[in-house]
Amino acid sequence: MNSVILQIASKYVRWLLVIFSVIILIRGHNYPGGGFIGGLLAGLSLAYKGFAFTPELLKKEIKIKPEGYMGIGLILIFISIWPGVFLKTAIMQGVWFTIPFPFTEGFKFGTPFLFDIGVFFTVIGVTLLFLFSLSYEKIWK
Amino acid sequence: MTIVAMPILIPFALAISLLVFRTPKTCRWVGPLGSLAIFVVSLALFFRLKTSGILTLNVGGWEAPFGIVLVVDYLSALMLMVSSLILIAVSLFSIRFLPDDFPLPRFYFFFFTLTMGMNGAFTTGDVFNLYVWFEVMLISSFVLITMGKKKEQLEGGIKYLALNLLGSLLFLAGLGLLYGKTGTLNMAHLAEILKNDGQALLMNTSSILFFVAFGIKAAVFPLFFWLPSSYHTPNIAITSLFAGLLTKVGVYTLIRFFTLFFVHDQQFWHNLLLIVAGLTMVTGGMAAASYYETRRILSYHIISQIGYMIMGLGIFTPLAIAGAVFFTLHNMIAKTGAFIASGMIAKTKGSFHLKEVGGLYKQNPLLAVLFIVPAFALAGVPPLSGFFAKFMLIKAGIESGSYIITTVALLTSLLTLYSMIKIWNEAFLKKQPENHENQESIKLNWADYVPLAILATASVLMGIFAATVFTYTMEAANQLIEPAIYIDMVLRNRTP
Repeated sequence: MNSVILQIASKYVRWLLVIFSVIILIRGHNYPGGGFIGGLLAGLSLAYKGFAFTPELLKKEIKIKPEGYMGIGLILIFISIWPGVFLKTAIMQGVWFTIPFPFTEGFKFGTPFLFDIGVFFTVIGVTLLFLFSLSYEKIWK
Repeated sequence: MTIVAMPILIPFALAISLLVFRTPKTCRWVGPLGSLAIFVVSLALFFRLKTSGILTLNVGGWEAPFGIVLVVDYLSALMLMVSSLILIAVSLFSIRFLPDDFPLPRFYFFFFTLTMGMNGAFTTGDVFNLYVWFEVMLISSFVLITMGKKKEQLEGGIKYLALNLLGSLLFLAGLGLLYGKTGTLNMAHLAEILKNDGQALLMNTSSILFFVAFGIKAAVFPLFFWLPSSYHTPNIAITSLFAGLLTKVGVYTLIRFFTLFFVHDQQFWHNLLLIVAGLTMVTGGMAAASYYETRRILSYHIISQIGYMIMGLGIFTPLAIAGAVFFTLHNMIAKTGAFIASGMIAKTKGSFHLKEVGGLYKQNPLLAVLFIVPAFALAGVPPLSGFFAKFMLIKAGIESGSYIITTVALLTSLLTLYSMIKIWNEAFLKKQPENHENQESIKLNWADYVPLAILATASVLMGIFAATVFTYTMEAANQLIEPAIYIDMVLRNRTP
């Protein structure tokens, strides 16, 4: 696609989408949202450039490969499994603690949130992988 | 008890590590050593189970009927142990037999995700969780089938995926119905509810959906078409992995479901299971007899032998269930061994087609010996593992008066023997056909024999120590027939 409007807009809409996806990720513990849907939005924000220009350009410019995103995500998920074993009773049990922050009651951070962040990154990786695989025709010998 | 989750977590960790270290050289180490680690954990689980009874783990600290619970009883532990033995053999085999341009890191990544799904299915005590593990397995195996990027692999993969997705759909539908009727998806809780329910007949709608779904996964008689149309396409290392593991997970779930909570209306279900078992045996055996391609012969044999496992379930006496479990364990080892042997024949002679190979007995006596062990084990020749498995099933059949299925089972043994002797005659005894003389014969390295030697030894040992294996499979069968201990252990975390 070669639309100047889309190309210019992609520069700004990308960051809006990134911010929006992070908000969705954070509110996801108690309200609709979470790692999966946030990850889809964040993946879309990266894919925007691919739609506006060409997927090849995106592939060239992207700093972390899809597999890298998936790796980060899966490692975070794997880490989030363990605190429950050592600090509580069972594997994958939620462990919460509060990070003090001036003027507020502090932020609550816990392993379920870490798990969600892991899902977030994994889904970004998968979205990019889908986009790259669908934009080429593979030749089957 | 965190160790119960280890068979799932180790492959997960290994798969992640393969995303980080992506060189083929590390994969050569990570693959076999990782499989060894899974095997060690399975052994540890088994010995823990022997001393302290059924092991449970409430994931996330949620109590049993509400959260997901992982359970290891004798059936799970035995399946875990044998399947991880197969993982070791196949991971060693794939190092030597995958072509040089094969993406080894990707292969092992999906190898371990497949393992994760399989081990999850073996250990979970929750029906929906089981569905998730099945999907993990399905996706990994689809990627593995199409990994060689050949056209026929895509075709086989699509057939595989389409039919198995249909199975998953039916599984999900049955699951929804089950949840609507009982309000729980915990297997032990389901068993408890259905045991005291006068209207258990209403369960037939769900159980038939589950039966068809697992029938597709296990490749029983009218539902097996995905198997022969896809198993001969991927690389032989991948086929031998699938042959040992995939359908057996389906059989495992059938055994689990139809002993734990679908135990109502026994006359209808057991007759249906027996009819399906008989037809599966015969069609598989007959089809295998008509082919001359080793991979196709062995693929149809997988189907034929699924019939024996279902037969044990259909007779439904402790001995029959134990026979089915014994047969499943034996079959996983021997079948993978036979596929690996066919891969070695193909590597030395350059073809899977029996018309194009020959003279291997003279050329490579060691391979001949190593082939004959799994082949005769499959046919049920004493003192190998298959003999005792079939003996238990047939004894149970005669004791319970199921004469027709017993006769069918005995006759199918002859068909199996015929096919195995056909491979033996054509590949080993016959002279190399003249019009295929020029084919290059590759000499095998000693390391090429190791995986097959492991499996052949396992098969022989299972025959020699049949009494020990028999004791454990009887333990497994008793736990399955009398699920009260299982239910109490899962729901109340104590023995009755």
